[in-house]
Amino acid sequence: MAELKLEGIGKRFGAVTAVENVDLTIPDGKLVCLLGPSGCGKTTLIRIIAGLEEPTTGRLLLDGEDITRLPAHRRNFGMVFQSLALFPHLTVGENIAYGLRIRGANRSVQKTRVDELLDMVQLPGLAGRHIAQLSGGQRQRVAIARALGLAPRLFLLDEPLSALDAKLREAMQVELRLLQQRLGITTIIVTHDQREAMTMSDLVVVMDDAKVQQVGTPLEIYRNPLNTFVADFIGSSNLLPVTVAGRTSVDLAGQLLTTPAISMDIVDGGPATLSIRPEDVHVLPPGAEGENRIAGRVTFVRDFGASVETHIRCDSVEAISVAAPKDRPDVACDDEVTVELPPASCVVLPR
Amino acid sequence: MRRGRPAGPAGYIPAIWPALMLCVFFVIPFAIMAAISFFHRVEGGFYEPGFEFANYARFFTTFFARILGFSLFVSGLAAVVCVILGFPFTFMLTRLGRRRQVLWLVFLLSVLSLSEVIIGFSWSMLLSRTAGLSNLFVVAGLMDQPASWSPGFAALMMGLCYLAFPYTVLILYPPLSRLDPQLPEAARMLGASPLRTFFTVVVPAQRGAIVATLIMVFVFTLGAYLLPQLLGRPQHWTLSVMITDQAILQSNLPFSAAMAMFLMLVSLALVGLTYAIGGERREP
Repeated sequence: MAELKLEGIGKRFGAVTAVENVDLTIPDGKLVCLLGPSGCGKTTLIRIIAGLEEPTTGRLLLDGEDITRLPAHRRNFGMVFQSLALFPHLTVGENIAYGLRIRGANRSVQKTRVDELLDMVQLPGLAGRHIAQLSGGQRQRVAIARALGLAPRLFLLDEPLSALDAKLREAMQVELRLLQQRLGITTIIVTHDQREAMTMSDLVVVMDDAKVQQVGTPLEIYRNPLNTFVADFIGSSNLLPVTVAGRTSVDLAGQLLTTPAISMDIVDGGPATLSIRPEDVHVLPPGAEGENRIAGRVTFVRDFGASVETHIRCDSVEAISVAAPKDRPDVACDDEVTVELPPASCVVLPR
Repeated sequence: MRRGRPAGPAGYIPAIWPALMLCVFFVIPFAIMAAISFFHRVEGGFYEPGFEFANYARFFTTFFARILGFSLFVSGLAAVVCVILGFPFTFMLTRLGRRRQVLWLVFLLSVLSLSEVIIGFSWSMLLSRTAGLSNLFVVAGLMDQPASWSPGFAALMMGLCYLAFPYTVLILYPPLSRLDPQLPEAARMLGASPLRTFFTVVVPAQRGAIVATLIMVFVFTLGAYLLPQLLGRPQHWTLSVMITDQAILQSNLPFSAAMAMFLMLVSLALVGLTYAIGGERREP
């Protein structure tokens, strides 16, 4: 049981605010991703959680116990660093046993635990190797094994997979997630890769500009972004400028579109942004009548094999549609088409 | 850096200039010195060409063996003291902000600009009974009466360390500022206190740099020939002092050349030994 609560956590470096008033609960046994662009404060936040940085304001509570002033080396949190920070003067086994050695565990205990951890990260028999002799993926596993060596209360990872190539990264994501679920350890991962956050986590914390923008399950955040930043950062979105015309409709360049109920924060007749995912934008043959359909002209086509991306200009706005080849009429550049924006897929956000 | 050999003769052209400089300013003077060390000394005169081992034979006595031993001991101790003081200092320096780092480095460089003569005279004054620091301690009530701390072994050691400390910091600065700051942080996360982190991670990870610095400071202080005369007693005179004495005051160039050759060979051997023992990497 390890539930972490952040209460009003803030951090200033001189005149720069790195983290501003963050309230967050990391539930026990869950994998939480701190996601955001570089400079959004996510690394500072995980460093505050680790105890490597002291917050300017706020409190950290672990299972109700205030750990704000507890130094890093007394927290028993495991951490995987961006540079991995494996000790270059020690072997794989000595790296993994470092924490145990500091705690004064005897040699046979160390050896047993090292073998156990190496089995866990699927590197059996590598204890005697030197760090310089390992591949990128192997180093990654050693760093994970080292961080989990003392059965930490919290498992923290700061952009752990950013140094790996795309294919290996995908494989490690799956492996890391399986490991986390098997151990049931409360885990926080910092990443700027929205795919990584979406595919791995129980809970995504989207950060921008030193603040938490939205907290939710990956699907919640994908389906119902709270603002244009989240809509644009998570996956890709068509963000179309509209005017609110009633509680369930908007005006897009003179065309009325039906939408789900619009938030009360957005005033009638005022400007707003209509957000819709490219895979929800349907391309139909020209002249097809129906609800939420507007006419347009194809400006660009990109074929990915499994899907096709079509850019369509409708009057003054441009929409992007992504669809499987079988779900889309065969269109080429400059063809006249009809675009359908299904009401259920539309989200109206404050501009 | 390009490894491997240049493709053709044209590839060696860039090497001509450094090779020429090395030849003119190092190889030729060194060859002259080596030759003179075998020449015959003319009593009351200069020297005449010849080939004899008399100059070398002369210091196979306990007198010179003692001086050689003392020289190596003094330089070795100064190197160890400098690294013990300089390593934590440089480590903390690299953790400071950019501006403060620059200020410290400028200060150290300005100390570096002081010559051995100025350092020697300043310290002999500061450690003297009549005008030295002990007078301040008397005023502060820490001592009953002013004391004379110079000349003496401690004064000599102090002067040598003062002379070599800026070098120590400047040699240690690049490797320590390249040290991944996440390395000590990783140790902290694994339960090591800041002090244990320093000794179990920072120091071992910098072993190569520490050995290199020890060698550099050792060789550097071995050449000091004024400080032992200014801050030490005659029994603290090193081989460098003897070489200067023989070359300048006794006009015995062959003997001083032989001593210089011997000192160089012995220190080279020691440097090689230190490197083989301490700098050895546990590579496959």
